[in-house]
Amino acid sequence: MKKTALRTAGPASLLAVALLLTACGGQPEPDAGSGESAAAGEQSGSVVADGSSTVAPLTSAAADMFRDVEAGINVTVATSGTGGGFKAFCAGETDISNASRAIEEDEIAECEANGVEFTEIVVANDGLSVVVNPENDWASCLTVEQVAKIWGPDSEGSVTNWNQVDPSFPDQEIGLYGAGTDSGTFDYFTAAINGEEGAIRTDYSPSEDDNVTVQGVSGDAGATGFLGLSYVEENPDSLKAVEIDGGAGCVAPSKETVQDGTYTPLGRELFIYVANTSYADKPQVKTFVDYYVENSAEVANAALFVPLTDEQVTTAQEELAAVGS
Amino acid sequence: MTSIIDRGTTPLGHRRSKFSGERTPRALIFLVLIWACLAFSFLFLLILIVTTFIDGADRFTLSLFTEYPASSPDRAGARPAIIGSAWVIGTTAVLTIPLGVAAAIHLEEFADKRKWYNRVIELNVQNLAAVPAIVYGLLALAVLSFLGVQNKNIVIGGALALGLLILPVIIISTREAIRSVPIEIRQGSMALGASKWQTVWRQVLPASVPGIATGSILALSRALGEAAPLLVLGALVFLSFDPNGLLSGFTTMPIQIFDWTSRPQAGFQELAAATSILLLGLLVIMNGLAIFIRNRFQTRW
Repeated sequence: MKKTALRTAGPASLLAVALLLTACGGQPEPDAGSGESAAAGEQSGSVVADGSSTVAPLTSAAADMFRDVEAGINVTVATSGTGGGFKAFCAGETDISNASRAIEEDEIAECEANGVEFTEIVVANDGLSVVVNPENDWASCLTVEQVAKIWGPDSEGSVTNWNQVDPSFPDQEIGLYGAGTDSGTFDYFTAAINGEEGAIRTDYSPSEDDNVTVQGVSGDAGATGFLGLSYVEENPDSLKAVEIDGGAGCVAPSKETVQDGTYTPLGRELFIYVANTSYADKPQVKTFVDYYVENSAEVANAALFVPLTDEQVTTAQEELAAVGS
Repeated sequence: MTSIIDRGTTPLGHRRSKFSGERTPRALIFLVLIWACLAFSFLFLLILIVTTFIDGADRFTLSLFTEYPASSPDRAGARPAIIGSAWVIGTTAVLTIPLGVAAAIHLEEFADKRKWYNRVIELNVQNLAAVPAIVYGLLALAVLSFLGVQNKNIVIGGALALGLLILPVIIISTREAIRSVPIEIRQGSMALGASKWQTVWRQVLPASVPGIATGSILALSRALGEAAPLLVLGALVFLSFDPNGLLSGFTTMPIQIFDWTSRPQAGFQELAAATSILLLGLLVIMNGLAIFIRNRFQTRW
């Protein structure tokens, strides 16, 4: 037995080298075998999506439902983050880039430099919620200024008690939990509340996993944190969502208020960016994206996001029609 | 991990003499502390394993093996992750074991240790074994980018990253195994007229196969549980097909667990726990196999 194992070692190492060489020489096209001749309803080929980990569950849900319609099309979703996704997208490596924010100037420049034209599609709405422990009976509505006072970079080390936020609040220490720097939630929250992306006090417990924030807030009576609206809906017993006053009175975070735009500034749109050449030249990408937009309500509900309004759907379809023509 | 190998392959097979007790109070306190440390870490491990089993037991069903990831936890399974893990680990084994064994034979039997460059290589192999996993992912990413590979999340790419990760471990454990073959075997072979290469190929290597197998299995089990280097390559969190080749996109069990734990729905947490049970089971089997091979086939000289 020992002998045979060794006899094969020589050929095996040759095989390994050969494998390496084929890997280098082979050109793994994402659209290998794209079915141009395929009949309608029987398409094949692949659709490559990368980008925000916030939007990934949404595109995954779309791909999951899409499987029932076009089983031959392989949709893959990766999560390199919004920025990482655009990097690959602008290098022409992906068909769809998931993004929890709009594309930035320097990213547009990079896409242009590589000749990648794209179309921005809003696929769902998302709300961030400021949450407190269920035992917290004082902070039921906070103004944006108050939230900024809790989370602002200048409050680091100095604002540590609820009575500093508002004199009417009790003498209770604040426990801070929130998303870490790599998440779209962090970028969005800091920009909306503190006015500048990334500006935040550093003496809080950060986590890339929002479930850790849920656990932190639910276990600490004086705690507050921020996370996606869906986490509040999934954990009604361990969290209490705070109403936000953006200048026009207190508004509770909910599907309706996010959709109608009254929940400001913590309601936002989620995007996918579609490469125009992929949409025009790869029938499987067109079929998938069209399906995604058409069924965006079911997709958003499955992934626990807020669906588009009819108006938003029409806008998205018009934009896609412009690419297709 | 190395301690398991070490025990079997200490040069000349001497077992270290047992703690020949100076029973001074200081020694006793130290002993108690060591046991407390062990008990403490074991307690946490136990809690972790028990909670994982409690969370995941309900979802550890056939559908975990047959279903694809889905938007609803009720319909989701880890089938592509399981098949993807098999592909990636299989490819990693084919890539690294021959190369690692060959490198170890060269370093141990043929390389001239008086030459400075051989000593530098030796030192580097030792150091590379301690490099964090994510660095190998970045390295593989850079190599694939340099080669102009567009879609980097492919089986061969993942295998490359994991291969780099475990190559030093395989080299080191193979060298240990080769070193434990007594010089007399080599001298006897040479005395009968065998060339250096014949001696290595027909005597030294067969005698060290158990050690090599043990080390390789332990290294592969490390690769099986690794997520970081694959995440750097742009690991997929959703795919609806079985990975079916070296250039196929893939996901693995640790990545699938990572993705599911970050979802808001409690059902996905259970699925992640169920997949963790599977992963734990596989790791226990692989480690058990390594120990079995060591005990069953190890020659004591």
